[in-house]
Amino acid sequence: MKSGSRLEQILAAKQFAVTGELGPPRGADANVIREKAKHLKGMVDSVNVTDNQTAMVRMASWAASVLAIQEGLEPNYQMVCRDRNRIAMQSDILGAYALGIRNIICLSGDHPMFGDHPKSKRVFDIDSVQLIGAVRRMRDEGKFMSGEDIAVKPDMFIGGALNPFAEPFDFRVLRMAKKIAAGADFFQTQCIYNMARFREFMKQANDMGLTEQTYVLAGVTPMKSLGMAKHMKNNVPGIDVPDAIIKRLEGVEKKQQANEGIQIACEQIEEFKTMKGVAGVHLMCIEWERRVPEIVERAKLLPRPQA
Amino acid sequence: MVIAEIKPLDEIKQLLGGYRKVLNTGCGGCTSVCLAGGQKEVDILNTKLSLSFKAENVPFEIDGFTVERQCEIQFISELDRMVGKYDAILSMACGAGVQFLAERYPDKPVFPGVNSTFVGVNKDIGWYEERCKCCGDCVLGFTGGICPVSMCAKSLFNGPCGGPQGESCEVSKDIPCAWVAIHKRLKAQNRLDNIKAIHGPREWRDQVQGRIILEPYKARYVKNTE
Repeated sequence: MKSGSRLEQILAAKQFAVTGELGPPRGADANVIREKAKHLKGMVDSVNVTDNQTAMVRMASWAASVLAIQEGLEPNYQMVCRDRNRIAMQSDILGAYALGIRNIICLSGDHPMFGDHPKSKRVFDIDSVQLIGAVRRMRDEGKFMSGEDIAVKPDMFIGGALNPFAEPFDFRVLRMAKKIAAGADFFQTQCIYNMARFREFMKQANDMGLTEQTYVLAGVTPMKSLGMAKHMKNNVPGIDVPDAIIKRLEGVEKKQQANEGIQIACEQIEEFKTMKGVAGVHLMCIEWERRVPEIVERAKLLPRPQA
Repeated sequence: MVIAEIKPLDEIKQLLGGYRKVLNTGCGGCTSVCLAGGQKEVDILNTKLSLSFKAENVPFEIDGFTVERQCEIQFISELDRMVGKYDAILSMACGAGVQFLAERYPDKPVFPGVNSTFVGVNKDIGWYEERCKCCGDCVLGFTGGICPVSMCAKSLFNGPCGGPQGESCEVSKDIPCAWVAIHKRLKAQNRLDNIKAIHGPREWRDQVQGRIILEPYKARYVKNTE
């Protein structure tokens, strides 16, 4: 075991893993985390705690992660390269480990332009591949990026992101290979709607032997409405929503669209359960945490294994 | 070259407020080429400033003089005989030129007339685009001649983030994704191996003031550091 986290244990035991998402609040209220955590506890194996997602200032992801631990959830502590230089990043990793965090997800981060401080200085001292490499070295070699020794090393289970749906398509699997070479233990993908492309991506990853070296959790975000589907299709960078999804949601009454969105997600999850190289799903029910119990129930993902 | 943009008139007026006689110094180098700070721009700006202060009944005189380049001592020394007559100097050079004047005339207030924006190219008349951040450790050799530091909105070194929309950057449909372009060019040149390998964390060289002394001149400028 690299970190011994629940997520690592479940994946190592070849059980179909389920991760969720918990967005920290835009305020200092710990109760927001506690409230969201209620819906997720026992429903998912660990939860991603996002790091100022869409470049909006939110409660620090390490702090929200600690609150999640207090509520009995295992956090996947997200860290983006946008806001910190390598000194701050390594420092936060030490602090996160000391506070009981065992999973980390290393990401580039949305550009500041998308958030509420569009003219803030973007840092990007290192990129996500380099960050993965840095965390691996901290854990496996007990060294800082400088090469200096770490007194007590942080044993993190290291995650990365995959987007099989963005250009250049034929580089996406090569980028996955780079992240594995850097030290990624597991991946979560961007929200999947274009199943044909995802199948093709997984075939490439399988053919290259990549899925034998890592775990891939397929990203699922149920559509809450037709409006959300259209917004995702037209406005969200890196997301590929085929017309068939739009048509299917158009085909049901407005009140039934959320139900239909969940139904589509369940069908996807059913396919992921047997898809070669897929080790689990990552459920991103953003600001829809209260529906997670219903979704995991309907997707026959319960009960979650005891690690 | 260094691309600059002329500052808003009100900002320049605010900087010059209270100085009666001002020398506006143009630069015949980069800022002249990008139509921000050459002789022509000096003349136009001086006319605007004179009219504007006059309309407000503020006593103000301004003269213009453009030197070959404000980043060279031999050229700015032409100003030595003039500056005594003025209360302040306005410089239309990039930030380097402004500072070089301020350094040479330490008892004169020197103000910038332009904002230096980036090192870029002249795509067409009046159309400039950034190409270089002067990061001090050029990686163009492995990125197909496309700079990920200046052309990628996140300055990534190991491939594209998850955000490209088609061939555009996530920040704007009008900005091409540098990594899509790098991938395309290297693929066409059969050089994809260049970006399959991991490029490690950078040794940023632009974190302290840059200073280069060519080897043959070291004996002249560098004091014994032993």
